[in-house]
Amino acid sequence: MKNVLILGATSDMAQAIAKKYAAEGWSLTLGALEADLLEPIASDLKVRSGTEVLTFKFDATDFSGHRKCYESLPVKPDAVIACFGYMSDQEKVRNDVEDIRQTIDINFTGMATILSVIAEDFEQRGRGAIAAISSVAGDRGRQSNYIYGSAKAGLSAFLGGLRNRLAEKGVHVMTVKPGFARTKMTENLELPAALTASPEQIAEAVFQGLEKKKNVIYILWMWRWIMLIIRCIPEFVFKKMKM
Amino acid sequence: MRKISDWGNYPVIEAEVNGFDTTEQLKRQLELPGDVIAFGNGRSYGDASLQDRVILTRRFNKFLSFDESTGELCCQAGVLLSEILDVFVPHGWFLPVTPGTKLITVGGAIAADVHGKNHHVDGSFGQHVLRMDIMRNDGSVISCSPTENAEFFNITVGGMGLSGIILNATFRLRKIETAYIKEETVRAANLEEIMDGFEMSEDWTYSVAWIDCLARGDAMGRSILMRGEHATTTDLVNQVHKNDPLTVKKGMHLGIPVNFPNFVLNPLSMKAFNFVYYNKTRPGKHEHVVDYNSFFYPLDAIADWNRIYGKRGFTQYQFVIPKAAGREGMRTILKRITDSGLGSFLAVLKLFGEQESFMSFPMAGYTLALDFPISVKAMSLFKELDAMVADYGGRLYLAKDSRMDAEMFEKTYPNADEFRQAIALLNEGGTRFASLQSKRIGITG
Repeated sequence: MKNVLILGATSDMAQAIAKKYAAEGWSLTLGALEADLLEPIASDLKVRSGTEVLTFKFDATDFSGHRKCYESLPVKPDAVIACFGYMSDQEKVRNDVEDIRQTIDINFTGMATILSVIAEDFEQRGRGAIAAISSVAGDRGRQSNYIYGSAKAGLSAFLGGLRNRLAEKGVHVMTVKPGFARTKMTENLELPAALTASPEQIAEAVFQGLEKKKNVIYILWMWRWIMLIIRCIPEFVFKKMKM
Repeated sequence: MRKISDWGNYPVIEAEVNGFDTTEQLKRQLELPGDVIAFGNGRSYGDASLQDRVILTRRFNKFLSFDESTGELCCQAGVLLSEILDVFVPHGWFLPVTPGTKLITVGGAIAADVHGKNHHVDGSFGQHVLRMDIMRNDGSVISCSPTENAEFFNITVGGMGLSGIILNATFRLRKIETAYIKEETVRAANLEEIMDGFEMSEDWTYSVAWIDCLARGDAMGRSILMRGEHATTTDLVNQVHKNDPLTVKKGMHLGIPVNFPNFVLNPLSMKAFNFVYYNKTRPGKHEHVVDYNSFFYPLDAIADWNRIYGKRGFTQYQFVIPKAAGREGMRTILKRITDSGLGSFLAVLKLFGEQESFMSFPMAGYTLALDFPISVKAMSLFKELDAMVADYGGRLYLAKDSRMDAEMFEKTYPNADEFRQAIALLNEGGTRFASLQSKRIGITG
């Protein structure tokens, strides 16, 4: 039985992804900061699919502990999906040193350290798949959320480099850019329905993407084109736009 | 703040909406003052789950345990009936009771005490609930069952979410051999025939009729009676079904991408639709084996079908009248509806069995449900119908209602007063559970 390791497993996206993998017959290892929240999630997956589910505490910002944390897992995964992330309110984060650091620590540094540990193991074994949830916000810095966006831009660049390095070693790396998603982060917001993906859509796309060894996926096709257009706007025009 | 409405798209309001993953998070939300109401999957038709502040329950949707020897399932209240079917039908289990859509939450099924095509045999959903946990307005959790804290249990089943937030529930699933239904359809030329048909169908587990509510005169009440039984493996004839009796193919999924403009729905188009629907079934009896989705949830295959009614929204008028008043009462009411010409695409008729309810809708008698686009004319028709329904000793279904007045409610729900007092006692303290509906019909202030 193949095993998938899901990090940040309490998020709505991660829960949908876990359901998808469980339904496909994989066993699961779930890590999250609030490990007690994983209990009902694990029992749910067990009732649904009878699969084995293991849970553990994973702290994205305990950088130096990442190696030990990964090594202590009883089953080495065949695939890893890193779903953890942190988005604060831009107005609030803009001048708040702690919040700026938190945003970068979780979205970039934490991702880079844990995925580096895992990449090393996969490289030695000569197989494995890594997917991480980045964001369209990383495609271009915009005044409305450039702190979050820049951390995600760093993550996207990191994943690109990792993919480049591991391609020859039989290890696949996929970058996921969801666009708007209907999750608890956004439940009080009015989102354009046509541009908003459900956690289930994201789960399906992540699973299929890894099966087909896709490199960078946007969940809804429009986003690839929207972001292409946004990236093509010349800087002297862009800086005057309110985005 | 976000715009929110239920399935009828009427009314639409601005509300603060928040979900929860843990009982702790829910408790913190209940510590804030003001009125709140739970909102499941938005499939009630009117304003029963609307309020300035609503608590979304869909994220609280984990299966907690399942006992294969008894079929007892314990799950959090935000689980959809469709999720239960997806997981358990392949293992040979089915819901004890299901309404005409599977896109409702377990919590909603209990709060509205939903009924199904097997009501005359198995009663309503609440009668299958063995235990549940509910969070009260002070954040405390109360466990109840038909024997433990039975009073609390009774005001929660059919209590429209006014006693608290249902956290989880345990109920027993029904064993099935196949995912198919042996269905028999019978065409009935008028109301007399369809009522005879129902009374002769009492031995069938499932029975319901689609009725053409625009046909007049001798053809008034012409309809198609559908009765069904869970198919056994020996009932299956199709080799594909036989090979894998508990798996059904995922059907085609149609969607209504935008609201239809108002002119699409007119008496002529509705008449044409009803004509085609009635005449696609040939006279007499016909037997076939269909998968459970086609039998129970034909409309779920059309995503967002509520958009057919356009931006103005619609309401479903569903009433029940006691069996004693049945034939005459049904004829009089149906005649008033067909005379108005306002009726909808299809109406659903069903004969309920006996049920003792505290606040639940079903009673032994006939129930009819019709969709009406919202209009001034429809509203005044409803007023007339209300009076007729009340005179015959019947009542309206709260899960579908968005407009009845306090007087009608008071007249037709015999325990209204007792319920109001009980809810007032429970609501003491900071947060109150109240919906736009509960205020409109005078249960809460």
